[in-house]
Amino acid sequence: MAEAGGVGLEGRDISFAYGGAAPREILRGVSLNASPGQVLGLLGPNGSGKSTLLRIFAGLLPKYRGDVLLGGESLRRLSRRAVARQLAVVPQEPVFTFPFSVLETVLMGRHPHLEGLRFESERDLDLARQALARCGAADLERRSILDLSAGERQRVVFARALAQQPRVLLLDEAGSFLDVRHQVEMYELVRELAAQGVSILAVLHDLNLAAEYCDRIALLREGQLLIEGPTAEVFTYQNLTRTFDTEVYVDQNHLTGSLLVTLLSGRARRALEASAEGRGSLK
Amino acid sequence: MTALGALVLVLLACLLLAASLGAGRVPVLDLLRGRALDSAGAAILWQVRLPRVLLAAVLGGGLAVAGVVFQALLRNPLADPYVLGVSGGASLGGVAALLVGLGRAPGLMGEIGVAGFAFLGALGALVVIERVATVDGHLAVYTLLLSGAIFNAFSGAVIFFVQSIASLEQLHAMVFYLMGQVPSLGFAHVGAVAAVVMVVCAVLWRMARDFNVASLGEESAAQLGVDTERLKRKAFVLGSLLTAIAVSVAGLIGFVGLVVPHALRLILGPDHRVLVPVAFLGGASFLVLADLMARTVAAPSELPVGVITALIGGPFFLYLLRARGGAVNRG
Repeated sequence: MAEAGGVGLEGRDISFAYGGAAPREILRGVSLNASPGQVLGLLGPNGSGKSTLLRIFAGLLPKYRGDVLLGGESLRRLSRRAVARQLAVVPQEPVFTFPFSVLETVLMGRHPHLEGLRFESERDLDLARQALARCGAADLERRSILDLSAGERQRVVFARALAQQPRVLLLDEAGSFLDVRHQVEMYELVRELAAQGVSILAVLHDLNLAAEYCDRIALLREGQLLIEGPTAEVFTYQNLTRTFDTEVYVDQNHLTGSLLVTLLSGRARRALEASAEGRGSLK
Repeated sequence: MTALGALVLVLLACLLLAASLGAGRVPVLDLLRGRALDSAGAAILWQVRLPRVLLAAVLGGGLAVAGVVFQALLRNPLADPYVLGVSGGASLGGVAALLVGLGRAPGLMGEIGVAGFAFLGALGALVVIERVATVDGHLAVYTLLLSGAIFNAFSGAVIFFVQSIASLEQLHAMVFYLMGQVPSLGFAHVGAVAAVVMVVCAVLWRMARDFNVASLGEESAAQLGVDTERLKRKAFVLGSLLTAIAVSVAGLIGFVGLVVPHALRLILGPDHRVLVPVAFLGGASFLVLADLMARTVAAPSELPVGVITALIGGPFFLYLLRARGGAVNRG
């Protein structure tokens, strides 16, 4: 617990199978904690169960075995509203139907905090505008959400999650449509939230982004947790190659000292294999 | 909220106009100035004109709200009250009633009988479609849309069959019933219909903020605290109820539930807290005017009001499509 008063998210021995005649097991006995003040990165190949785990954590898939505790309380005993007041999700592909303005869309983040038919108060408006400003999207306020680019939409959706004032934040490949600058800005914001005691669980594909911004990393493969620990300990050649079934090269950024993961193309691999010293540094 | 006030005034003006005009003019404005009507005028106004005008208002409002609700439920701005199959069940029930002769029963009983049968047909359709579209305890929206469309097609086929075995006189009644016509009912019946429609609309208005959030997709809505299963089921059942009442009482009056929500969304934005009440007022005004035209354009004979709404609504909708250049698929 990095900060007093934080709300953690604790998954205990979670298993999940899609029903039907031939049940397909997606998750097997996964235990994973997102703690206040920390950014936990969840990585794994396609179909490893990352998104399913995230949806279970968000309370969207009820029929799992095991238990999820939000601030020590079982998710199964909490109403949707009670969950939504503490936990926000930034989805991978946001859906929009009607031409709500950007501000109206961000105000929807206040939904779990409002009662009845009421319109939002000045305070809700302030919170929404602050959230937009923090996401660098203040100038979009009056635009229709349907007229925005994918990257702009993602910033708006992130702002909506901020307006929700969550204690736990789940990111589902949330930066995937953003350009480099906005990706960096978004993850800087994620770090800021962590510093304020928010518990953050981020599903990521970009290994370098994960290395740069996550305190801890969990590697998922075929529905099982391979390893979970501090980023520097998890990001090794062995762990990553075993998880993703492909050769990667792990090094340090000589300027900053942070981890640097390079994918190895067939050409690069052949070049390495051709040179004995190359193979030495690889293994 | 100024829009709400403006539309209240529009509706009042439409009601006033429609109450005044028709076979036998009633100087309603004189009445408002405190001058009493003569006995003939009073009889026309209280026993014939006003109940019908109010019924048109209530049904039009209900249809427009049903349109808003189904558009929100299906997350498709082109949905209308008739897409989910309940109208098919209602018209099938109504046509069946006309076949067995309820339409020719003496007095009001005939009308009530047809409407009652139609309502039973609508409820039957609602139950069947809800069962079909419930997969694994969830109301699957796409299955709902598909089963609604299939049910409508099936009802259409059965209606054709019924018409093929009906007498000419019955056939005439059926055709007019299906084209949509606001009937002349007594105040008691109009009051009952109005009460149910307005209570249902009020309940739907209370759900407006949930409808807004639901436009973000089911998962995002759920994680923003909306009980999406409950919302979908309530929207389907209550929207279907409004549709069932309208079709049972007045047949298939088209375009009210499509054009009114659509035009108002373009003008006032998509916030359902505004859209639900203004759609009620707008739909009410539209149908009151359309019914006025149906009564007066070809007097002394009466046109089916469904024809009028289609004749106005169709071109207007195409105009919206063109004028807003593709804005329709954006709502």
